[in-house]
Amino acid sequence: MDQITRLENQSIYIFREAFNKFEHLAMLWSIGKDSTVLLWLARKAFFGHVPFPLVHVDTTYKIPSMIEYRDQLVRDWKLQLIVGRNDAVLQAGQTFPSGKASRVECCGTLKKDALKQVLDQHGFTGVIVGVRRDEEPTRAKERYFSPRDRNMEWNVEDQPPELWDQFKTDYEKGAHIRIHPLLHWTELNIWEYIQRENIPIIPLYFANDRGERYRSIGCHPCTFPIKSNARTVAEIVEELRATNVPERAGRAQDKESEDAFEKLRRDGYM
Amino acid sequence: MNSTPTVWDSQQLKIVIVGHVDHGKSTFVGRLFHDTGTLPEGKLEQLRQVAERRGVPFEWANLMDALQSERDQNITIDTAQIWFRTAKRQYVIIDAPGHKEFLKNMVTGAANAEAALLVIDAHEGVQENSRRHGYLLHLLGVRQLAVLVNKMDLEQYSRARFQSIEREYRSWLATIGLTPKTFIPIVARDGDNIAAPSPKMPWWDGPTVVQTLDDFTAEAPPLNQPLRFPIQDVYRFDERRILAGRVEAGTLKVGDRLMFCPYNKISTVRSVERWNAPPRDHAVAGESIGITLSEQIFVERGAVAALESAPPYELTRFKARIFWLGRNSFRKGKPYKLKLGSQEAECQIDSIERVIDASTLETVSRGEKEIFVGRHEVAELYLRTKRPLAFDAHAEIIPTGRFVIVDQYDVSGGGIILDDNYPRRSADSGHKSENIYWSHGRVTPEQRRRRNGHSGCVVWLTGLSGSGKSTLSMELERELFNLGRQTYVLDGDNVRHGLCSDLGFSPEDRRENIRRIGEVARLFAEAGVICITAFISPYRSDRDLVRKMMLPSQFVEVHVHAPIEICEQRDPKGLYAKARAGEIKDFTGVSAPYEPPLSPDLELRTDKLTVAESVARILDFLHVHDQAEEISI
Repeated sequence: MDQITRLENQSIYIFREAFNKFEHLAMLWSIGKDSTVLLWLARKAFFGHVPFPLVHVDTTYKIPSMIEYRDQLVRDWKLQLIVGRNDAVLQAGQTFPSGKASRVECCGTLKKDALKQVLDQHGFTGVIVGVRRDEEPTRAKERYFSPRDRNMEWNVEDQPPELWDQFKTDYEKGAHIRIHPLLHWTELNIWEYIQRENIPIIPLYFANDRGERYRSIGCHPCTFPIKSNARTVAEIVEELRATNVPERAGRAQDKESEDAFEKLRRDGYM
Repeated sequence: MNSTPTVWDSQQLKIVIVGHVDHGKSTFVGRLFHDTGTLPEGKLEQLRQVAERRGVPFEWANLMDALQSERDQNITIDTAQIWFRTAKRQYVIIDAPGHKEFLKNMVTGAANAEAALLVIDAHEGVQENSRRHGYLLHLLGVRQLAVLVNKMDLEQYSRARFQSIEREYRSWLATIGLTPKTFIPIVARDGDNIAAPSPKMPWWDGPTVVQTLDDFTAEAPPLNQPLRFPIQDVYRFDERRILAGRVEAGTLKVGDRLMFCPYNKISTVRSVERWNAPPRDHAVAGESIGITLSEQIFVERGAVAALESAPPYELTRFKARIFWLGRNSFRKGKPYKLKLGSQEAECQIDSIERVIDASTLETVSRGEKEIFVGRHEVAELYLRTKRPLAFDAHAEIIPTGRFVIVDQYDVSGGGIILDDNYPRRSADSGHKSENIYWSHGRVTPEQRRRRNGHSGCVVWLTGLSGSGKSTLSMELERELFNLGRQTYVLDGDNVRHGLCSDLGFSPEDRRENIRRIGEVARLFAEAGVICITAFISPYRSDRDLVRKMMLPSQFVEVHVHAPIEICEQRDPKGLYAKARAGEIKDFTGVSAPYEPPLSPDLELRTDKLTVAESVARILDFLHVHDQAEEISI
């Protein structure tokens, strides 16, 4: 069995554990490559079906083609979609693009708080998220089944033991569990899998005529393309095999302070 | 973090770095990444700048210690995983904390690894967690290990110091049955013997760390073992009813007749289901698949599908070696949740064989009433589950031979199932009847003896009416029961109400009465019970008949003896009075004979001994019996 197939089998196993253990389960879909691979793996796990709703946290600052692509797949794959949005903060204009919040504060309200609103409103107790250990150092310490308390906070110093594919599936009322089926994948693995499975991916990842592509996508004011001539999945795979530049180098919110991202994640960010 | 490969293949190996706190694990990992050219662009500069801004010396460890609290305290708290490659293959490096407090994180890291590097400080030498981690690696099933003797600069790169640590630690590992691949002297901070041989230790002609990593072998999936396919869930998203799960061992094919344990249901694989994958009629260990069945049967999560020729054990009690991580101790008498694959069952400690301090291997001594396993302790014990579990011994099939224990909301311990002479279902028992109970008829007397801690036997009390048989039998039963023995009394009056209600008191009927009681007592003894009978049984020939039904060692004849005058004085049921008045015919000792045993195993003069003394003599005898014959209690 090759490495990608091993990763795939492990992810399917995790999906099935989550689906069995959580009555109120949802999956976050950011439209990016990772959560789209995640969506594909859900269909693998459930034989073509996606038996839970997808949650898209819309900051309204997403790159416009992301929304078109999202709605297209919802139609084609018959998905249930819940869109979460922090309307109060948006109406008050307290965002980074309007100059009334730092990047990190903006991520906190438009993404983290918006997520909490959706979870509270629907009573989700299990939330599937497509984070990977190799993305950034605090995610390197994540568990497959990672508890968040009623305030959505992550107690990173006291995480549950996780061994032999036995996960934390018992939790206090009010808490929820983040489930991370992609935790053990690397960025390169993701693209190798996209290539093997021929998964439709939003074209923002491919180089345009100016020789630029997005390596990681998010809100347009805080996400920047990299120099690249990779126009196909195969070329991206080749590029990644040779690169030494971290994936989130184009994500500005990570760089505001030394532990900016850690703080966001402790508070419940994905 | 990505990598700069030269050769690309799909092989990957997971390595955990363990050892005592401050012996340099995270420093080693940081340096390893640097020396193999794996650090992402700008990372080293970023770490140097951060250190400068904070006014602290640059630490390689900060690469792994990503949390602010870790950098503040200069310790690793949680386990982290990052990737790097050598020319040979890709590695996932799992850095595990060395503080005893964070043992659950170390276990999390180590349980997911295929090989381990254990770091020992050359100056401090072998410490508590060096030993504890070694023990836990072995328990968790990590068999490939190399030991890095770090900070050799603090010992002037001394070969003698290196060799003395190697001697000490190698002999410790030998006591727990672990043979390390190699010991390597290093200075993690300076990169000595990590990716390149150290000029400061010219005496070292062994491998570098990178060479050693490349010499480890990747785990092969257990393809050649008996099939184990635990059911994770049953789906009906469309017209198909799909049993979903991961093949944990062996191979599964269309057409296989599967037995679903421990439910004892059988059906045939009609199809192997996958989505968006080329159709194949089989699946091997490690594959998450679905199957459909030819004959629809009720199966749910927790069933383990196996071939009829090689089923797992199906029992409610097994022996295990466990480690405990919970804040609260693991206590006898308290129910816990056990999770083994997709099975869950309520469990309790049945008995604790011993509690072990994993850093010394010494048995932890406790008071008799303190039956528990404390935090960070290891124990060998028997667990009992409320319903049968399908499992294997860890030494035979790993995925179905290990489990975790949940205390309230938290996974608080884990364990492996030890071999213990468990009875196994025979290959064809499932064919014969839908009603065959699990493990029926395959249990040997030896297995019963080991479970009960004693063999079954018959303690046959004989004597006149009023000699004290009933009193003694009840007291003896109570005593044995309190000592944890399986025991039951067959009493004369009770038997006459049912089993022998058709019989009178003629010599023929008395003989048949005793024969039936003898047969029943024998069945009890075979079932492993110490069966006590309390019958006058006046005829020698009748008692001999019963004696011949069983092994000599199973029959203990006790003459409960008091002179007839005493018995007549006691006359608890007023029978002697009736007999003397002629109201009862054929009354033993009055109008019918009593033939005392010629050589009883025990004679108890109940006119001279108290009840307690008499019971004590029988208990003594059974004990002596045990030593002489190696059976019984």
